[in-house]
Parts: sequence; C-alpha cells; structure tokens
Amino acid sequence: MNLQELWSIFIMQGFAGISLFSVLLLMGLGLALIFGQMGVINMAHGEFMALGAYTTYLCSTLVQDHAPSLLPIYFPIAIVLAFILSAALGALVEWGMIRHLYKRPLDTLLATWGLSLILQQTYRSIFGAREVTPTLPEWLMGSFKPTESIDIPINGVFVLLLAGAVTGSLLLFMFKTAFGLRLRATVQNRLMSGAVGINTKMVDRLAFSVGCGIAGIAGAAFTTIGSTGPDSGSRYIVDAFLVVVFGGAANLFGSVVSALGIAQAQSILEFFLEGTKGKVATLLFIVVVLMFRPQGLFPSKVRS
Amino acid sequence: MNIKTLFKSKAEVYTTVTLAALVLVVLPLLLPIFRLNLFGKYLTFGFVGVGLVLLWGRCGILSLGQGVFFGLGGYCMAMFLKLEASDPISTKIQSTPGIPDFMDWNQITKLPWFWEPFKSFPFAMAAILVIPTLVAFGIGWAMFRRRVGGVYFAIITQAIALIISLGIDGNQGYTGGRNGITDLRTLLGMDIRSNVSQYIIYYISALLLFACILFGKYIINSRMGRVLVAIRDREDRVRFSGYDVAMCRSFVFALAALFSGIGGAMFVLQVGFMSPSLIGIVPSIEMVIFAAVGGRLSVIGAVYGVLIVNLGKTTFSEAFPELWLFLMGGTFIAVVMFFPDGLAGLTEPGGPLSKLWQKWGARLLPGLARRIAENHSSTATTTVLAEKTALNEVTNATK
Amino acid sequence: MSTEKDFLLYIEGLGVSFDGFKAVDGFNFYLNTNTVHVIIGPNGAGKTTVLDLICGKTKATDGSVKFKGSEIRGLKEHEIVRAGIGRKFQNPSIYENLTVLENLEISHPKGRGVFGCLVFQRTPDVVERIQSVAKDIGLQDRLDTEAGVLSHGQKQWLEIGMLLMQNPELLMLDEPVAGMSVREREETAQLIRKISKERSVIVIEHDMEFVKEIADRVTVMHLGKILAEGSMEHVQHDPKVIEVYIGH
Repeated sequence: MNLQELWSIFIMQGFAGISLFSVLLLMGLGLALIFGQMGVINMAHGEFMALGAYTTYLCSTLVQDHAPSLLPIYFPIAIVLAFILSAALGALVEWGMIRHLYKRPLDTLLATWGLSLILQQTYRSIFGAREVTPTLPEWLMGSFKPTESIDIPINGVFVLLLAGAVTGSLLLFMFKTAFGLRLRATVQNRLMSGAVGINTKMVDRLAFSVGCGIAGIAGAAFTTIGSTGPDSGSRYIVDAFLVVVFGGAANLFGSVVSALGIAQAQSILEFFLEGTKGKVATLLFIVVVLMFRPQGLFPSKVRS
Repeated sequence: MNIKTLFKSKAEVYTTVTLAALVLVVLPLLLPIFRLNLFGKYLTFGFVGVGLVLLWGRCGILSLGQGVFFGLGGYCMAMFLKLEASDPISTKIQSTPGIPDFMDWNQITKLPWFWEPFKSFPFAMAAILVIPTLVAFGIGWAMFRRRVGGVYFAIITQAIALIISLGIDGNQGYTGGRNGITDLRTLLGMDIRSNVSQYIIYYISALLLFACILFGKYIINSRMGRVLVAIRDREDRVRFSGYDVAMCRSFVFALAALFSGIGGAMFVLQVGFMSPSLIGIVPSIEMVIFAAVGGRLSVIGAVYGVLIVNLGKTTFSEAFPELWLFLMGGTFIAVVMFFPDGLAGLTEPGGPLSKLWQKWGARLLPGLARRIAENHSSTATTTVLAEKTALNEVTNATK
Repeated sequence: MSTEKDFLLYIEGLGVSFDGFKAVDGFNFYLNTNTVHVIIGPNGAGKTTVLDLICGKTKATDGSVKFKGSEIRGLKEHEIVRAGIGRKFQNPSIYENLTVLENLEISHPKGRGVFGCLVFQRTPDVVERIQSVAKDIGLQDRLDTEAGVLSHGQKQWLEIGMLLMQNPELLMLDEPVAGMSVREREETAQLIRKISKERSVIVIEHDMEFVKEIADRVTVMHLGKILAEGSMEHVQHDPKVIEVYIGH
C-alpha cells in the first residue's frame, strides 16, 4: 500500500463516514432537543427513526406499484411524510406518557424503553422480521469519480446536504423565531416562563414532537445507506446519546462536532480494524473521555 | 446483631418467610428438575435485582450496565469450567490439544496469558467476587468523584454494556465470540448436568441469594441505608454532614456489582454456558425492569419481580411470541407511570391492594378482614412505639 | 503581633471569579474563638459566596483559608466538615422523610466512613447526645415527628441541631431567622448566644435588630469587597456604610 492509496482510502472512508455522520447528526439533533433541552431520555428515539425509514419504504412501494413515473421525485415527499408521521407520533407520546414524567427523568428512560419494545414488535408484526429496502431513485445511485482511485457516492452527498439543511433550519428555528425563544426560556426557567405567559405545556409538546420528527428524517436518510429492520433504530440509540453527551448536552453546535468526530473515527477505524473493533475503540475512547470530562466538549457556561 | 436490625415490621418477616418457603420447599417439591432448573436460572437474575434495589431504589443511581457485572462473574466461572473441559485427552482431535475448542478454530495455538490463572479453582472463585467489584468501584469512583450522576451515569453505563458485549463478540479467538463459552460439563469433576448436581446447584443459588437478601436488608436498616436514601434525596446536606458521598455511592455500586457477579457465576452453573447476549444493552435494561416490576425499594419485592416477569416471559414467549413484547412493554410503561413502587408498593400495608382489601374484603369475609386491618395498623404503631420504648430503655440505662 | 495561629479562622486575599465577574475579591477575615461574627450587606454583596468558599462548595480562585492554622482551601466538602466547620443553608436543608431523631442521629459524627456506617449502633451515648441537642433546639418533645411536618422555624432549628451534633468549632449560619416570627427570633438569638460559648459562629443576616442582639463583631460587604469591620456601634456610624444602605 503506497501513500497515494492510503490517501484514497482516507478520502473514501471519509465519505463513507459522511453518510453515517449525517444519520448520527440527525438522530443527535433530535435527541439534543429532547434530552439536552428538555432533560427527557427518549429510549424510543431509534424507533422514531425506524418509523421514518419504514415510511420511506412504504412510499417507495406504493409509488412503484401505482405510479412508477413518480419514482424520480417521491423521495423528497417521503422525507416530509417521515417528518410529519414521526412528529405526530411524538406529540401523541408526549401527551400520553412523557408529560406525566417530567419530574422523574430516570423514569422517562424506562417508560420510553417499554414504548420502544412495543414499537419494535409493531414493526415486526406489520413489515415482518426481514429487513426491507426502498427502491431509490436513479439519481441517488452511482458516484462521482474526481480521480482514478476515488469514488464518492452520490447518496452520501445527498444525505449530507439534507442533514445540513435540517441543522440550519433547526438553528434558525431555535435562535431566530419567537417559538425558539420561548423554548429556550422554558428550558432555563420553567416557573418564570409560565409566569410571563408562555404556554410551557405547548412548548414541551412541540419541542418533543419536532425532536421526534427530526428522528423521522434521520430514518429517511438512513434508507440510503442501509436496509431497515424492526430493530434498526435501537442499534443507533447508544451512539446517538453519546453524540449528545459528548458534545455537551445543552449545546447544539457541540452535537454537530461530536457527530462528525464519532462518525469519522468509526468509519476510518473500521477500515483498519476488522469487524466491530472500530466501533468498540471509538465508543471506548468517548466513554473514557466522558469519565474525565463529564461536561462534554462544549459545556454551557452557567454559574452553579 | 439481632432480628430487629433485619426486619422492621411483621409484614417484612412474612414476605421473606413466604419467599423462602416458596423457593426452598414448594418449588423443589412441585416441579420436575428441568423446570426447577429454569427457576434456578431466574434466581440468578434475582442477585442483580437485589443489587439494583440498593443502588437504584435506595440510592437513586440507575445503572444500565448491570449485565456487565453479571457477565464478568459469569465469564470468570465459564473460563474455569471451559479449561476443565478442555483437557488434552478430550481435545486430542484439535490441532492444538489442551486449549478451548473455539481458540483452536481461530488458529490460536497457545492459551492467552489472561486465561492461564483460571486453571486454578481458588483463583477463579476469588476472581468471580473480586473482578466485578473492582471494575465497578473503578468506574464508580471515576464518575461519582466528578459528580456524574442521574441520566449521564445511566447513559455511560449503557455505553459500557454495549462496548463490553461488542468487544467479547468481536474477539472470538479469546472469548468464544457471539456463541460464547459453551459445552461446560463438569465442576471439579462433578457433572453439572446430572439431576443430583442440578439440585445441589439450585440450592446453592437459593441460599446465596438469601444471604444477599439478608445482607441487603441489613444495609437498608443500618445507618448506611439511611445515608443512601439521604444521598438520593438531599445530596448536599449529606456532604455537609461530613459524609464522603462519592465513596458511599462507589461502595453501593461495587456491592451491587458483587451481587451481580455471583449471580452470573451461578447462572453459568445452572445453564452450562455464558455468552455476550447476557451482557449487552437489552439484558441490562431487562434486569432493571424486573426490579421495577417487583418494587425498586424492596429487596424481596425485586426477587418476586424477577421470578414473575421471567415466568411470564417463558410462558408467554413460548405460546404467543408476538404478544409477549407488547405485554412486556405495556406492563413496563404501566408500572413506571402508575405503580412506581412496583408489586411491593401495591401490597404493602396502607398500599392500594390493602385498601382495596379493606374496602371489599370486609364485606365478603368480615372477620378475617378486620383481623388483618388491625394487624396492619398495629404494626405501624408498634414500630413507632418500639422505637420510643427502646429509646427510653437506653436513656434509663444511661441514667 | 498576632499570627495566623492565634485565630480560629484566618482568611487572606480570598477571591473567586465566574467568567471574569469577581463575586468576591480580596476578602480578608480573622475570627477569634468563641465569637459571634455577623456579615451584613446588601443583596449581591457576596455574603453567601464567602460561606460557599469557606466550606468548599465553591472553589476559590485566589487567596488562602486557614482553619486552626492549617490550610483548608482545596479540601473536599466532607473533609472541611470533619475538620470542624458546620454549614447551615439559607433554606432549611433537612431530611424531610426521616424523624427528628433520625435527622439528628445521621448527623452524629461517629461512623461517617463506609465501614462505620455499616456497624453504627444507637448506643446510650449517642442517644444522650441526641437528647441534649434536642433540648437545646427546643425539639425534645418532637423526636418521633417526621421532620417534613415541622414548622418553618422548627426546621431551621433542626438544621442548627444537626450541625451541633457534629460538635463543630466553627458554625456558619446563612440567614437563620429568615421567615421566623418575633418570638422565634428571640429564641434563636438565645440559642446562638448559648452555642457561641463553646464555639465561634459566623452569621449572615439582614435583620439589624437581630444583628445588634447577637453580634460581637460585624463585617459589612458590598460588591464582593469588605466595606467596614468592627463592632456594631462602629460600623453603624461609618459613613461608607450609611452611603451604601441609605444612599441608593
């Protein structure tokens, strides 16, 4: 292996990592909203992602069977649908379950784990235990070839753009809209926010459902890099939580940086170490860092 | 130490004696040996449950990595048994006789260094007790000293469970990989699969479990028990009463790990194998469920929870595998949302069931209900009275 | 000339800054034994922060804190407590689910290590100590009451009682009479006078009548710095103090 090849491997694994980065980022952003801002541990977050992925799969099957001509353009619609369905389920879950548990964060963890069991079994009953893959539009297939030895898959670039757009919108939403201000106010001081007339219950419900909706988008993005099974979501849940904690829980920017770091480390290490060792090494590194720096990479500055 | 340091009320004595009678007498008499063996397996999860009551219920530390310690204890036992099973004669068809079969399949020709000491029975037994305890103490001390607690601790311990299970999975040559360590037959020459040894192993598990239960009860009723609850509810005050909060937390985490490790070792003896599927995220969180269903505050309740949920799991998942996950998920949500103290909270004096019984049972069986009601209210008042008289006695003695 | 050995508490140049904001700056403080020393000052003067710095709740960025001649800055909270400093918080901080007796018992200094906790017994001398402290704080008849149902004033006393159980040489009380009735204030003043016979007490207080009643010495703080120090009589007539209290 000469230096040229090594470099190509780096670039290509880097781009393979970018797909993973995009999915982790989208998962992490949703969690950063739900966990980082609201303090709720949503163990069913992966199942919301799976819902998005199954929505995309359903769209693709329907389009293929009934309107094959729409195949090139169904994907963006599926993304929007994935967001809407996951957000709706999220609002329902918040109303039925989460709102009763805000004062018991550890219990939200356990209750949402029960929910994740139910959702997984629901997917299994409807779609079967076998993994499914939607038919992707032609334009998502194939790859760029900037040089002889480098292949950059188009779907990776697409999900990267998607993740970028969602991140941008979320940041705008949080920092430039009236609702974002209310959300940040509620997170910092719930009692005071209620006193100045913010409907904190509504804020909670909307924030939770937006977080779940973003997980739905992550699911749609996920279909471009892997096939979906009932437990696909749960495989990403630990990574997603580590993204948020490692980045510094209350910091959206931190989540972006840590998602990038975790995804790139995993994907580059996976090439050099066989099997799951790349993942183990990455997770181990993060856990050790968190033991010495529990506040994460970018802690929020608050005088305790 | 007298009996009062273990049991605070009559009700506690009843529930403990009932459990002991059930596990030590009724089940062995009633069940055929292969069913009893299944219960023996459940009992080994009970060790984890007892630890979780102290750790999570009493001290408020939720660990989603208890499977790791169960696994560490289990692997220590399994490594010893595997080496005993891999003597050069029974492994003579391998290219390297005398090492475990999975190493041979993975072209390993020499026993790895960390397997060597597990040839010794005393070492293996000590390792079962020491390794989970030390690992937990190290992790706990690193995190609690930096005031990592609550949800962060839960997430990090969960990540550790994932790392360890993936790590074992990915190193087949050294650990047996996904299949785990299998074909364990004898312990010091005794066939662990024969009926007689199955009974012996069952009784050892049960007695060890009761030792852990009683130790747990002793801790709950000692000053340590009050300090643990105080740490859960008002950490700062405990610190400013001069207690080393990080040390107390590390202690209870290490103790819970010790219990789990013993459970894991007994599990291996009961079922004859150990694999990473008992370590990862799912089994670790399931152990928390068992404890939550039984009652996170009560060591006896948690053991009942372990037995009931596992019995349900085995029965239902054989008959209606699809329904089981719905039922389990639903039960869990219901317990967390409506009965956070679990079965023990439902049945304790003054709890919902006893109120229901006083309301309806009184109409159906007037005499019995009255007696029970009196009994309950008198236990409550007698404890207060007993404390008062004890106090007076001591005061008089000092005068 | 007096040295640091002569004082119970000897603080020089103590300071802390939060992100550039100096909450306490260049704080010098010398405390004799068996003294009641009151710190007063307007809101945000840094009084509570000073107590936090002494007891280790907040880590100081500058200066030195010597207790009985040895440096305690940098020690952990429980080590400072074990050295002999007790701290009462502004809001009553007690174990509401435990009885008064158990609250006092858990504060007994014997058996604070892990092993000590496991073997701790309610021996006659422990009970005797609990009863004598309960008598001091006027709760001797309420030993079996759950602490959560006590009145606000009784909770404040219980917390002081918990500190007395530790038999500290220095007691720090943050607004001990906040929310108390006039009669309760008088009783608290008597309690503080009584306990200061065997130890020193630092009190943060707003109520000037109360301060006059208990203080041997007064320090006035403003914007993280010491404005004046001396007897109550002295600081009351200090023009800078009058300026801060009345000038705004």
